[in-house]
Amino acid sequence: MDFFQVFIELAQSTVRVSTPLILAALAGLFTERAGVFDIGLEGKMLGAAFAAGTVAFLTQSVAMGLGAAILVSVLLSLVHGYASITQRGSQIVSGVAINFVVAGSTVILGEAWFRQGGRTPALMESGRFGTIKLPFADALREVPILGPLYSNLLSGHSPLTYLAFLMVPASWWILYRTRFGLRLRAVGENPGAVDTAGISVIWLRYRAVICCGILCGIAGAYLSLAANAGFTKGMTAGKGYIALAALIFAKWRPKNILFACLLFGFLDAFAIRYQGYAFPLIGKVPVQLMQALPYILTVILLAGFIGKAIPPKAGGVPYVKER
Amino acid sequence: MSVPHAKLPAWAEYGLIPLVNLAVAFLISGLVVLIVGESPLEAAYHMINGAFGRGEYIGFTLYYTTTFIFTGLAVAVAFHCGLFNIGGEGQAYIGGIGVALACLSFDRVLPWYLLFPIAVIGAAFFGALWAMIPGWLQAKRGSHIVITTIMFNFIAASLMNYLLNRVFKPLGSMSLETRTFETGGQLPKLDWLMSIFGLSVGNAPFNISFLLALLAAFGVWVLIWRTKLGYEMRTMGHSPAAARYAGIKEAKIIVITMMISGALAGMMALNPIMGEQFRMQLDFVQGAGFVGIAVALIGRSHPAGIIPAALLFGMLYQGGAEISFEMPSISRDMIVIIQGLVILFAGALEHMFRPAITRIIFGLSPKGRQAAATKGA
Repeated sequence: MDFFQVFIELAQSTVRVSTPLILAALAGLFTERAGVFDIGLEGKMLGAAFAAGTVAFLTQSVAMGLGAAILVSVLLSLVHGYASITQRGSQIVSGVAINFVVAGSTVILGEAWFRQGGRTPALMESGRFGTIKLPFADALREVPILGPLYSNLLSGHSPLTYLAFLMVPASWWILYRTRFGLRLRAVGENPGAVDTAGISVIWLRYRAVICCGILCGIAGAYLSLAANAGFTKGMTAGKGYIALAALIFAKWRPKNILFACLLFGFLDAFAIRYQGYAFPLIGKVPVQLMQALPYILTVILLAGFIGKAIPPKAGGVPYVKER
Repeated sequence: MSVPHAKLPAWAEYGLIPLVNLAVAFLISGLVVLIVGESPLEAAYHMINGAFGRGEYIGFTLYYTTTFIFTGLAVAVAFHCGLFNIGGEGQAYIGGIGVALACLSFDRVLPWYLLFPIAVIGAAFFGALWAMIPGWLQAKRGSHIVITTIMFNFIAASLMNYLLNRVFKPLGSMSLETRTFETGGQLPKLDWLMSIFGLSVGNAPFNISFLLALLAAFGVWVLIWRTKLGYEMRTMGHSPAAARYAGIKEAKIIVITMMISGALAGMMALNPIMGEQFRMQLDFVQGAGFVGIAVALIGRSHPAGIIPAALLFGMLYQGGAEISFEMPSISRDMIVIIQGLVILFAGALEHMFRPAITRIIFGLSPKGRQAAATKGA
């Protein structure tokens, strides 16, 4: 039973850690499937987390915080879109730029407005997302095996966590079962064909970029309004890049994204829990190795040693209508 | 790709456009200063005074410049081959292993002028090694160089954390750093160079690796524009298909370019480790690898542009420290904003002002108007 208890706790923290990864990776899925590479996921999440923390503190309203997060993230996405779609600049360079601008300005503005060393003030209950208790969670807790699974693992998460997991099938449905999704995928593979069909490549890519902004905004709001009580300096701590790695690891497919994010989340949760623990046979695994594992796995996958990750064909290439 | 704009004269292409882009980036940074409630003009004054006001300040500015010349050159060399090496940060970090190994082994036996070449080779070797793997993966396995180099930055951070924790840290020490090097592992300062101009270097760690950086810049110029290898690299960068038809071995060039790029990034480690701290510390690179991207973009990937661009960022780093001292609400994170804006306007949005500038230039001279009519048509 002790082992089971540990399993439940690990699974719980895996879900918590994976939530922002899933949202950000799905965000990346929308733009990259439309042919716009985005390494600015990190910056957009950070900007959104800051906006959420600031606005939720000022208004004491979760909804306003979430709205601000989405707004800021969409605006940053539009900057990326303007640079890479309209101006046909390098998508990579633009993403790098956004990451830096946000990393600097969240600290400068946070310090100027709140003077707490780059933090936003701690939020009260009313400014945060509570947890959702599924029906009968308390009553069923004593049922062996299924009880803890239901009450501790499935129940008691933030609404954004449930939203993140629901977004996985929703994204699949949008991308694979709607006309918008078909066109979005087509524009990432062969924009010329889409253009010939009389559909605006530019507008379609802008819409994809906006979708990305919305999801990144939710991911950022999760960090400062649900996982923590307020924004702290640099709080994304590379999660945007892990999400990017997960997106590639998942070969740009929604279902795989769920598993990739859960895997990377699990590695993180495991590393935190078993820091300095000596395993039978292997001995002590350095915590640094566990931290580097998502990146190492992604490199190995990209190299085609475990399956092959093939990016959208027109990814990274700005569309020129006439030559 | 088709060129949508008429060709500009060289002074506009390499002088005016980068300056306009820079000016816009600085204007927006000024707006941020205004939002914070401080005066941008006062900030500019403190920045310039803090960077050049005294011999010691200039020494610090040039110390940072040294670092950015190395990382800027690293990014530029890869750019010429059409590769975006975003992993300068990790390569510089790993390059530190080479410097530390050389210094820890020989600092008690060799004088600095014998140890320095060994450390240079060590830094270049480890930097090149760390860049070679992404290069090889791109060339042979087709994995995207941008993504792999990002991943390698994180792997490098974890690896160095481990090494400093378990290997390099002296017994009984708490902080994550190697022991302090003896005199053999300490580079002399360039106080004689400063005293020629009647300045005193003071406490600034302006050291001999600055000369190595200038030498490296010259070497990169020779490599790119005066050798067969450089020609092949530029051909690859302009048109991989043309390079393939010309019988240039694509995979070989990619791997070699990445190794040169990594070696340059790795050599950056000499400056802080042997020039300032005399030990290797956790996170000694401090984002210099990323500054290299901005430096290469502003300097148009040409050594003659990279040196002034590196000086500009050296000024921002040293002057930024002075600003945060004088105006507490503007911390050094302001530099990160400026850096991001420079990358945005000089990199991703570099063509934004080109149509307007073209119109103005050709609109002013009647001769130019004719040229525009024939070339632009």
